[in-house]
Amino acid sequence: MMLGYELDLALRSFRRNKVLTLLMVLAIALGIGAAMTTLTVYTILAADPLPGRSDRLYIVHLDPYEAADYVPGEEPTDQLTRYDAEALLREKRADRQALMTGGFVAIQPEQSSLQPFRTEARFTSADFFAMFGTPFASGGGWSAADDEARARVAVISQALARKLFGAADAIGRVVRMGGADFRIVGVMAPWRPVPHFYDLYFGKYAEAENVFVPFSTSRDLKLERMGTLNCWGRQRSKDLTSLEASCVWMQYWVQLDSADKVAAYRRYLDDYSAQQKAAGRYERPPNTRLYDVMQYLRVQEVVPEDVRLQVWLAFGFLGVCLLNTVGLLLAKCLRRSPEIGVRRALGASRRRIFLQFLVEAGVIGLAGGALGLVVTLLGLWGVRHNGEAFASLASLDLAMLGTNFAIALAASLAAGLLPAWRACEVTPALQLKSQ
Amino acid sequence: MEVRPILSTLRRHKTAAALMVLEIAVTCAILCNAVFLIADRIERVTFPSGVAEHELVQIQLGNIASRDDEKARIARDLELLRRVPGVKSVALINQVPFGNLSRGGGVNLTPDQPKSTLNAALWDIDERFFETTGVRLVAGRPFAADEYRDFNDVFATGEMPQVPVVIVTRRAAEKLFPGQDPLGKTVYIWTTPSRIVGVVDELARPNNLVRQPYSVLMPTRLTVGSGYFLLRTEAAQRDAVRIAAVDALMSADRERVVVRQGNLDDVRKTYFRQDAAMAWLLAAVCVALLVVTALGIVGLASFWVQQRTATIGIRRALGATRAQIVRYFQTENFLLTSAGIVLGIAGALAINLVVMAHYELPRLPWIYLPIGAVALWLLGQLAVLGPALRAAALPPAAVMRLR
Repeated sequence: MMLGYELDLALRSFRRNKVLTLLMVLAIALGIGAAMTTLTVYTILAADPLPGRSDRLYIVHLDPYEAADYVPGEEPTDQLTRYDAEALLREKRADRQALMTGGFVAIQPEQSSLQPFRTEARFTSADFFAMFGTPFASGGGWSAADDEARARVAVISQALARKLFGAADAIGRVVRMGGADFRIVGVMAPWRPVPHFYDLYFGKYAEAENVFVPFSTSRDLKLERMGTLNCWGRQRSKDLTSLEASCVWMQYWVQLDSADKVAAYRRYLDDYSAQQKAAGRYERPPNTRLYDVMQYLRVQEVVPEDVRLQVWLAFGFLGVCLLNTVGLLLAKCLRRSPEIGVRRALGASRRRIFLQFLVEAGVIGLAGGALGLVVTLLGLWGVRHNGEAFASLASLDLAMLGTNFAIALAASLAAGLLPAWRACEVTPALQLKSQ
Repeated sequence: MEVRPILSTLRRHKTAAALMVLEIAVTCAILCNAVFLIADRIERVTFPSGVAEHELVQIQLGNIASRDDEKARIARDLELLRRVPGVKSVALINQVPFGNLSRGGGVNLTPDQPKSTLNAALWDIDERFFETTGVRLVAGRPFAADEYRDFNDVFATGEMPQVPVVIVTRRAAEKLFPGQDPLGKTVYIWTTPSRIVGVVDELARPNNLVRQPYSVLMPTRLTVGSGYFLLRTEAAQRDAVRIAAVDALMSADRERVVVRQGNLDDVRKTYFRQDAAMAWLLAAVCVALLVVTALGIVGLASFWVQQRTATIGIRRALGATRAQIVRYFQTENFLLTSAGIVLGIAGALAINLVVMAHYELPRLPWIYLPIGAVALWLLGQLAVLGPALRAAALPPAAVMRLR
C-alpha cells in the first residue's frame, strides 16, 4: 500500500503542532510504560515453573484434622503429617513421588579461610530430582536405598560447590554439615523454578535450595527445619516433628502420567483416608485433593495481590492516556476540516482521508511505543531495586518487547479510529464555502 | 453566568465534550481509590511496634549441630552480653516485631471451641523483657518472679502445655472481651486455662498484622537455642554494641553461626518495604494521571479557543468584557468537570466493590470522594485558565478582520 504521501502529511501536521504531538507521544509512552512494566512483572510471577512437566505433577492434600470444626467441602490443609507422608512414600502408588520439607544446614568448610555458614536446604526423597527434572552439572540424585539407609549423601548447588571446592569436581568429596560428614553425589546446575512451587511456605519466590539431603538422614541428625507447622488436637508430643505428632509440616508431590492414573490415585487417597479413619487416626470423612502445579498455584493465590492490583491500575492509566489522545486527535482533525475539504474537492477518496488520520495516529503510537519501551526499562529497573524476593527476575524478553509495540500500535490506532472516521465525514462543499 | 449558550455550544461538540467528561470520570474513579490505597498503606507502614524500636539490637544464633547443653549456654551468653559496654539491658525472646517468623496459636474462650476467637502471636519472654523492650503495661501487673518457668518444662513434656498466667495486648483484650475488664478472665490456648493478669499497650507481632494483630505474652523463658537476643542501648551506639556483642558471643563458642543481626529500625524497614514501594508507586500514578488529564484539558480548550475565535470576537465587539470571556471558558470547564466527577464517583464506588471482592480492602470511606472531586475541579480550573486568558486577550478588531 502506498502510505508515503500519508506519512508525509502526518509529519507536516506534527511539525505544525510540535508541542501537542509531543504531549500525545509522551502520554502514550507513559501509559504503555506503566502497563508493560506491570504486565511483565505479572507474567513472570504467574508463569509456569516447569513448562512441559507441570501438568503431570500433583501435590497431595489429605485432611487429618479434628472433626469438631469440619465444614464439608472445605479445602484441606496443603501439608501432610510426617506419618502420612512416609506412609504414602512406602506404598509408592504414583509413577514418581517425593516427600519434602525445607530447612537449614550449617556448613563447616574444610579450609580455615571460610567461616562456618548457614544455607537453605531441602530434606526430600530420591525421586525429587527425576520428577522435577532438575539439571545436573555432574553426578545425580541419590537412590531409594539411600533414603532407607539414612545415607549421608547430598546434592549441592553449583554455586555452593564453587564456594567450597573451587573449580575442582565436587563429586565424591566430603562436606561437613550439621556436625556430620556428607558425601556429595550430585552438583545441580543453576535451577530456579519460578514460583518456588514445591514449597510455598519456604518463600513463594525463594531461590532453589543450595543443599539437598535425604529426609530420613535429616531426622537422624535433627537438622533445623523451616516452614509452617500446624498442630491440632488434645494430644501433644514432646517433639512436634516426630512420627506420631499431630502436626502438618511436609509437602508431598507425585507424578502421574495419564488421566487414568490420576483418577486411580484419587481413589487411592480416598481409600487411604477411609482406612485411617477406620483405624481411628483420622476423624473426618475422606477430604482429599490432587492439584497439578498450575491449579495449586492458583488455589494458593501465589501472585501477590499488589502485583495484580498494579496491572489493573496501569491499564486504567493507559485508558486515561488513550482517552486523552482520542480527544486531542479529534480536536486537531476537526480543526483541519478546511484542509480535508480541499483534499476531498481535489479528488481524495474518503478512504484516503481515513487513512491519512489513521497513519497519523499510528505514527504517534509507534513513537509512543518506542519511548514507552524506555519507560518500561526504567520501570523494570525500579522493580529490580525494590528488594523483593522476585526483584532480580524482572527483565524484558523478546515476547514482551513485541507485546509492547503491539499494544502501543493497537492502542493508538484504536484511538485514531474515531477522529479518522469524523474526518472522512467532512462535507467538502460546506468547508470550501466557509473558506 | 448564563449556562445556556455554553450548553448549546457544547452540543455542537458532543464527541469531544463526551471524551473529556469520560477522561475526567476515569481519572476521578482511579484517583479516589488510589488515594484511599495510599492512606491504607501509610497506616500499615506506621503500625506501632510497642517496643523502643530505635534503641534495640537483635542477634540470633544457630547451632552447627544439635546439642544438649543449651540452657547453660544461654545463661552464659546472656551474662556475656550484659557485660558488653553500652548495653543497658538484655532479654531473650522467641520472635521480634515485624521479624516475619512467628509462633502463633489460637486463643479460645472455652476449652473445646471449634473455631478460635483469634489467632495471636505467642511470646516466650524472660524476666528482663519489659525493662529491655520498653513494652508498656497499661493494666494489671507484670509476671511475678516465681511465675517464670523454663520453656522446655512447659512445652516439651509430652503433655498439653500449662501456662497459668498470661499478659495480652490491648487489641487482643478488646477482641476477646469487648467492653469488659479482661483482668482475671480465663482464656484457653492449648485447651488448658490461662488467666489474664495484665494488659500491655501494644506489641506488634512478627507477621499477619492486618488480619490478626494480636499478641499474648507467656512467662516461659527460652531454654532452646533459636531465640533472639534483644539488647537495649543508646540509638547512636547500636552498631558498636552489635559488633562487640557478636564478637563476645562467637569468641565464647565457635560451634555456631550468626543467623541474624541488626537493629529493629531495619527490621521494620524490610518488613514494610513492599507497602512503602506500593504507596510511592500509587502516588506516582496519581501525579501522572493528573498531569495527563490536565494536558488533555489544556489541549482541548486551546483548540476550542482557536475554533471559536470568531465567536469570541463578535462577543467582544458586542461589549463582552475580558473577564466575561474568561468566565465563559471557566464555567464551561466547570460543567464538563462536574459531569465527569459525577460519573467518576459512581465509577470509584464500582471499582471499590470489585476490589473489595478480590482483595483484602475495606469499603471506600466517603471522605475520599470529595477529595477526588475537589482535586479535579481545581485541576480543571487551573488547566483551562491559560487557554481562557489567551481567548480573552484576543483583540476584537483583529478577530473580526479574520472574517
